[in-house]
Amino acid sequence: MNEKIENIKKAFNEEMAKMKNRIIVCGGTGCVASGSMNIYKAFQEEYKKRGLDYTVEITKGCREGSTYISKSGCQGFCAQGPLVSVGDIFYTKVKVEDVPEIVEKTIIKGEVIERLIYKNPADGKTYAKRDDIPFYKKQHRILLHDSGRINPEDINEYIGHGGYQGLVKALEIGPEATIEEMKKSQLRGRGGAGFPTGMKWEFTRKSKGDEKYMICNGDEGDPGAFMDRSLLEGNPHSIVEGMIIAGFATGACKGYFYIRAEYPLAIERIQIAIDACYKTGLLGKNILGTGFNYDLEIRYGAGAFVCGEETALIASTEGLKGTPRPKPPFPAQSGLWQKPTTVNNVETLANVPYILSKGGEWYASIGEGKSRGTKVFAMTGKVKNTGLVEIPLGMTVREVAYDIGGGPTHGTEVKAVQSGGPSGGVIPPQYFDKPITYETLKEIGAIMGSGGLIVMDETDCMVDIAKFYLEFCVDESCGKCSPCRIGGYQMLKLLRKVTEGTATDKDIENIEKIAKAMQTASLCALGQTAPNPVLSTLRYFRNEYEEHIHDKKCKTGKCTKLARYEITDACKGCTLCARNCPVKAISGTVRQKHTIDQSKCIKCGLCFNQCKFKAIVRG
Amino acid sequence: MINITINGKKVQVEEGITLLEAAKQAGFNIPTLCYNDDLEATGGCGLCVTKVKMGPGYRTMRACTTKVAEGMEAITQDAELMRTRKTVLELILSNHPQDCLSCERNHNCELQQLASDFGIREIPFANIVNEIPQTLDCSSKSIKIDTSKCIQCGRCVQVCQKVQKINALASISRGISTEMKAGGEVELADSPCINCGQCAAHCPVGAIVEKEAIDYVWDALLDSKKYCIVQCAPAVRVGIGEEFGLPVGTNSTGKMLSALRALGFKGIFDTNFGADLTIMEEGSELVDRVTNNGVLPLLTSCCPAWVNYVEKFAQDMIPHLSSAKSPHQMVGPVAKTYYAQKMGIDPKDIVVVSVMPCTAKKQEIDRDSNMSSSGHQDVDYVLTTRELGKMIKQAGIEFAKLEDGKGDDMMADYTGAATIFGATGGVMEAALRTGAYLITKKDLEKVEFYDVRGLKGVKEATVKIGELELKAAVVNGIGNVPPVIEMIREAKANGKPLPYHFVEVMACPGGCVTGGGQPYGGNDKVRVARAKGLYDEDSALQKRCSHHNESIQKLYKDFLGEPLHGKSHELLHTTYQKRKLYNK
Repeated sequence: MNEKIENIKKAFNEEMAKMKNRIIVCGGTGCVASGSMNIYKAFQEEYKKRGLDYTVEITKGCREGSTYISKSGCQGFCAQGPLVSVGDIFYTKVKVEDVPEIVEKTIIKGEVIERLIYKNPADGKTYAKRDDIPFYKKQHRILLHDSGRINPEDINEYIGHGGYQGLVKALEIGPEATIEEMKKSQLRGRGGAGFPTGMKWEFTRKSKGDEKYMICNGDEGDPGAFMDRSLLEGNPHSIVEGMIIAGFATGACKGYFYIRAEYPLAIERIQIAIDACYKTGLLGKNILGTGFNYDLEIRYGAGAFVCGEETALIASTEGLKGTPRPKPPFPAQSGLWQKPTTVNNVETLANVPYILSKGGEWYASIGEGKSRGTKVFAMTGKVKNTGLVEIPLGMTVREVAYDIGGGPTHGTEVKAVQSGGPSGGVIPPQYFDKPITYETLKEIGAIMGSGGLIVMDETDCMVDIAKFYLEFCVDESCGKCSPCRIGGYQMLKLLRKVTEGTATDKDIENIEKIAKAMQTASLCALGQTAPNPVLSTLRYFRNEYEEHIHDKKCKTGKCTKLARYEITDACKGCTLCARNCPVKAISGTVRQKHTIDQSKCIKCGLCFNQCKFKAIVRG
Repeated sequence: MINITINGKKVQVEEGITLLEAAKQAGFNIPTLCYNDDLEATGGCGLCVTKVKMGPGYRTMRACTTKVAEGMEAITQDAELMRTRKTVLELILSNHPQDCLSCERNHNCELQQLASDFGIREIPFANIVNEIPQTLDCSSKSIKIDTSKCIQCGRCVQVCQKVQKINALASISRGISTEMKAGGEVELADSPCINCGQCAAHCPVGAIVEKEAIDYVWDALLDSKKYCIVQCAPAVRVGIGEEFGLPVGTNSTGKMLSALRALGFKGIFDTNFGADLTIMEEGSELVDRVTNNGVLPLLTSCCPAWVNYVEKFAQDMIPHLSSAKSPHQMVGPVAKTYYAQKMGIDPKDIVVVSVMPCTAKKQEIDRDSNMSSSGHQDVDYVLTTRELGKMIKQAGIEFAKLEDGKGDDMMADYTGAATIFGATGGVMEAALRTGAYLITKKDLEKVEFYDVRGLKGVKEATVKIGELELKAAVVNGIGNVPPVIEMIREAKANGKPLPYHFVEVMACPGGCVTGGGQPYGGNDKVRVARAKGLYDEDSALQKRCSHHNESIQKLYKDFLGEPLHGKSHELLHTTYQKRKLYNK
């Protein structure tokens, strides 16, 4: 118990109790992109117009019976955004025009607007309350619980919801006991490799050094991943608190947030959180009167994927070119400016306050096998409910993709789920009932990675997917070691041949040969894991590779060099295809069969997808 | 000592060394391309992967960066590692032009050697050199960079940034487009480069090489109207033998002189003669500055890379630099005046070729108009030791079988003081031997100054000469210079006593013995061995002080007059100018 924190908590909750209503507009990136900030403003204007009392900030002396209109962090249900909640009631796909009606009906009259509540497309059932929606119900939201419920820019609300209790606890029990608690929780690094966090901290703590550092790795760069971004934006104080606890436990004097500059909102919110901590006495000298001194500062990443690798990240933080170096020595022995350093991923750190305040044993009670606790995934691709989900480890792929994700978008079959981004692999349907743990994913040939989950269906070409990820790694290779620099480039050349129909079986042999050399001889994880998407698709979808090589065919049409579109006699001459062809390759008169000029066709597939009579075939 | 097991062989090795070194001691060579004794291992090439026992299995680790630990069990070669290494090598070769036959490094290339050792018969991957942007930078007078041959080992950048601390070269761009070349979007000639050539000396392939002058020299030798004179720097004689398989550090002065004569040079001079002359001038300058309240400390000026450094990085030190030219730049004008007159040759027909352990000398010969003090360019061409080796091979001369020859009488005699110029501390030691005489008019009883010998970056000595307590410093490796200059600046700014009277600087670590133009493979062992070759010669020579060189005495008497004045001033001294770090 810390008096200062308790007083802030009490004061906030007293003010909050005066509020009659609370409107939360989702301020996550997805919702902001679909215009949620205009909705936020529209609520304020509507209140003004009607002469109703509202506030956008909880400060001392709030008026009794007012409404608190606030933004929140990402609520995860991005496919249904913009999201607005009024007290318990949860509205989806809200438009600015809906605002007067919400105020009129829901705020004033207490009615639910049926049109705006979530309707499950599977069974037509409607849900007025957020937590009843299957998307949320199946999740286990620890880290994401408050993201979406609190104002990320208000330290008082974070404290009001129990924030900084973990830090208070850590300061009370001391660094060794804090590390012990972390070990009990069995939390493993959420950046991808899954190293036990408690052990990592202990290494740094036991390392000799006059100065030690803490780094938060916020260089999330996998295509399709936005877990860390959402956490940084949605509940910045949880990560700041994690950083302070980690600094205290490892004996660090300073911590750095390494956040990519493409995340301006995350940077802004973390800066606001850091500033508030200095003002509140949670950072700087003599934190909460315990004699612990600790500073936090933000460093911007320039967006190089390799800077997510800890030694490259350290070089970049020092102002050098972001290239990795061999380990050992590990950062815990010699890291930032050759001092013992702990590098933890955003999500790992976000877990820390909860583990400290609720206890390591509580955390370890969630999960399965050696994978304890929850994991946040960014689910994208051909699934109905794309968004941010948090699940207890051990849940199956099927539960995630079908129960939470709502199944495939177009009603077709899910062909595979890609996990772990450019370092990961595909999970084919035969493994959909395997629990998601570090161990099983590795066994399957995918990896946990940082938490990108991409759902793929019959319209996705596995060779094309592998090529996409490899292109990414080749672009992002730092160039320091030859296996990654040249191996990746050569492998991509061979993969391109496959997608263009010019490859032979020998090329597949060479792909496998390069993959082996890259895995064993690359300097860092980027190069060592870059062949994974290729190897994993070769393992489960070798037939697709063979189709490309032997039959010169790509069923999905994604490999445009292999595609050929023809119009059959089923053509009614509706002219839709001819009108929409971007290169005017289709000609014909009304009610007559049309033809495609193959020399002009760019194989975009637009005609194929649009034809209402299925008169266009892909060869 | 700790106990480890390598390939099943139990060995005791020193703690703290790498697995690569330990394996070598145990008799197992692990292939590398980026590793170099002079540099911190970076783990770039990926060839030295080995297996280290961890728990029940083995983990693949780089031998170059893995430190040995008590009880370590490692496998440095098995069929699997061999396969991985071969694939990595094939990948490197797929990004390398297959033009070995016309490459400067043909038969002296680390990549070619490995390709041969691994029995590469075909490269299974497409050659991609022409798909990637490449740079051919011929702007420098000393160095040529051809990134198409570069294997991105990073040695050049490391030696330029971490050892020499010049930062002219940088690793530019990333991924497959990575290029090791001049940073700051300029060509090398417009960069802070001081021409030391350590990049070329450390390059494992032909990506960075000296600009060859061999063909120009053959042209001159072919021209019957030309009178070709050659001179070799002190360090050349302890390097050249290695090009023909002689042990490292062998002093082959006699064979070298015979080879030069066999190549067709008419005048066989010696830069060592120039070194003795330099000592007369620079020693006199030191005495003059000390006794007449001149600018002190005096900084040596024999090393053109160091002179470049002062002009670019430490312009406030320009007045401190000795105005004496470097030894070969003294031989040049004297050959084209004194020798030409004595022999009755028109100086315009004289071609002076300097064989140097150095790449900066290639740029020195026409750095400004002072280098044409004879009325013609004083030195026409500079060959590196490596280039001389190539010429001797081209001529089919069996170096090892040559009888010891002699140089020409007039300008080839030298003393022990001159020959040690090739090693760090040598110029200082030579200057002290003669300086003491010039001040006290008495010869030293003991001419060795052991304090200034050896590979320590900054060496200091205090020498009592008459009334004077002369404080001297010797710096080798230009990266060691900044703190010394800082000390001088601070003393000057605060009116404190100067830390030194005289400072010798050689830009290359170890001095000229491992200069940018010396045979490849320089490391501290090589430095010590080559320096020993010079110090041994010094001890064996009867005359060990420059002022005892009779040919020099005769030169002053017959032609130059007094040091520092008249003809000496005109021909043997120079001036310096401020130069920009970047010319954009």
